[in-house]
Amino acid sequence: MALSTEESGRLVALLSGQDERVTTRWTEIVTSSLRGRLSQAELRRQVQDLHRAIVATGDRGTIDLSADNAAELRAALSELSRGRARQGFSATETTISIFALKDVLAELVQETGGPNALHDYVAFSKLVDEMGLFTFESFVRTRESLIADQAEQLLELSTPVVKLWEGVVAVPLVGTLDSARAQVVMERLLQTLVDTSSPYAIIDITGVPAVDTQVAQHILKTVVAARLMGADCIISGIRPQIAQTIVALGIEFGDIATKASLADALRHVLRLNGVETARRQPRRDA
Amino acid sequence: MERVPILKIGDILLVSIQLDMSDQTAVQLQEALAERIVDTGCHGVIIDITALDIVDSFVGRMLSTIASISKVLDAETVVVGMRPAVAITLVELGLSLNGIRTALNVERGMELIAAAHADELDYQLDDDPDAETARP
Repeated sequence: MALSTEESGRLVALLSGQDERVTTRWTEIVTSSLRGRLSQAELRRQVQDLHRAIVATGDRGTIDLSADNAAELRAALSELSRGRARQGFSATETTISIFALKDVLAELVQETGGPNALHDYVAFSKLVDEMGLFTFESFVRTRESLIADQAEQLLELSTPVVKLWEGVVAVPLVGTLDSARAQVVMERLLQTLVDTSSPYAIIDITGVPAVDTQVAQHILKTVVAARLMGADCIISGIRPQIAQTIVALGIEFGDIATKASLADALRHVLRLNGVETARRQPRRDA
Repeated sequence: MERVPILKIGDILLVSIQLDMSDQTAVQLQEALAERIVDTGCHGVIIDITALDIVDSFVGRMLSTIASISKVLDAETVVVGMRPAVAITLVELGLSLNGIRTALNVERGMELIAAAHADELDYQLDDDPDAETARP
C-alpha cells in the first residue's frame, strides 16, 4: 500500500512543517499509553528517529514501506520493536507507539483543512496501519528468537554428564524428560562413554518429578544402547512415590540394576570393580 | 575382491572392519576367521566396528553368525567400538544383537576376553577332583 507522489509530498510537508509540535504531541500520547514505564526523554528520542525516517523516505520519493528507499524506515521500526520486546513490553504497548501517529495526523489534517483532507487522512492511516503491522511482526520475530534461545540454553544446562570415578560417569537428570531431552541425554551420555572409555554409567533420576511409561521407555532405550556399546547402566535416585508408580504402571526394568541413592549406585559399581570402600583405621599416635 | 584383515595378538584374533560389507566379503571373512581360529587355537575374537557408520540388519546378522561360529570353535567374540549413533539406531530399530558381547574399545575387549578365559580356567581347576586332593 503505497502513497501517491502528491500524498507523500503533503505528508512530508505536514510532518516537517511543524516537526517540534508533531514529536511533542506524539510523545505525549505514547507516554500516557505506557504509564511511565519508559522515560519521556527516551520515548522522545525514539519518536524523533521514526519521524526523521518517515520524512527522509518521503524526500527520496513516494512513501512505500516495501520499497527500497524505505530501508531506513523499516530499520527504525524493527529497532523500536526489538527494544520493546527485549524490555518485556506487550505487543499492544509496542504497536500503540506507531498508531499514536494517527491521532497526531488527524489533528494536523483537521487544522489544515482543504478539499483533500479526508482523502489524505485515509491514505495516511493506511500507511500507519502498515507500519503498525510491520512493527508487530518484528516484535513477534524477536520474541520467538528469544524463546528459541532460551529453550536451547535450557537443554544444554539441564543435561550434564559428570565423571564420578575412574571409569564411572553419572547423569543427574533434572526436570521433566520429553523425547527431545531424552534424545540429547542419550547422545551425550553415549558420547561421554566413548570419550572417557568408562564401562559404567549411573543415571540419577532424583530430579525427575514423575516417571510415566514414556519416560521409562526413554531410560530403557538409553540403557540398551549403552549395553550395545559395551557399557553397563545403573539407575539411581528412585523416590518412594516413583517406585510405587513404576510398580503400578507395570514397568519392568528387567536385569538393570536400580538403587535408591547415587551413593548406593557408586558403591555398587566400585564393588563390581573390586575397589574396597572400607573405612580406614584411625591413625594412632606412636 | 577386498578382504578384511585378521590380526593375531597373543591369544586373540583382531578383526577391524573398515569398509562396507557385501555378501561376498562377509562370507569370505567368516571362512577365513574359522580357519584362523582352528589354525592358531585362539580363545578370543575381537571385531572392531569403530569405522562403521551404519550397522543394519545385514551386518547385525553377520556379527551374530561370526559369534556363533567362534562359539562352536571355543572362542569368545566381543564386538568393540560401536558408535553412539549406531547404538541409538539399533535400539530404535529393535535389533538387540543377542548373544554378542560388547565392549567400548579394543583394550576393554581384551580385558573382557582375558577375564572370561581366566574364569574358565578357574572353573576347570575347581571342577577337577584330582586338583582338590593334590593340594596339601
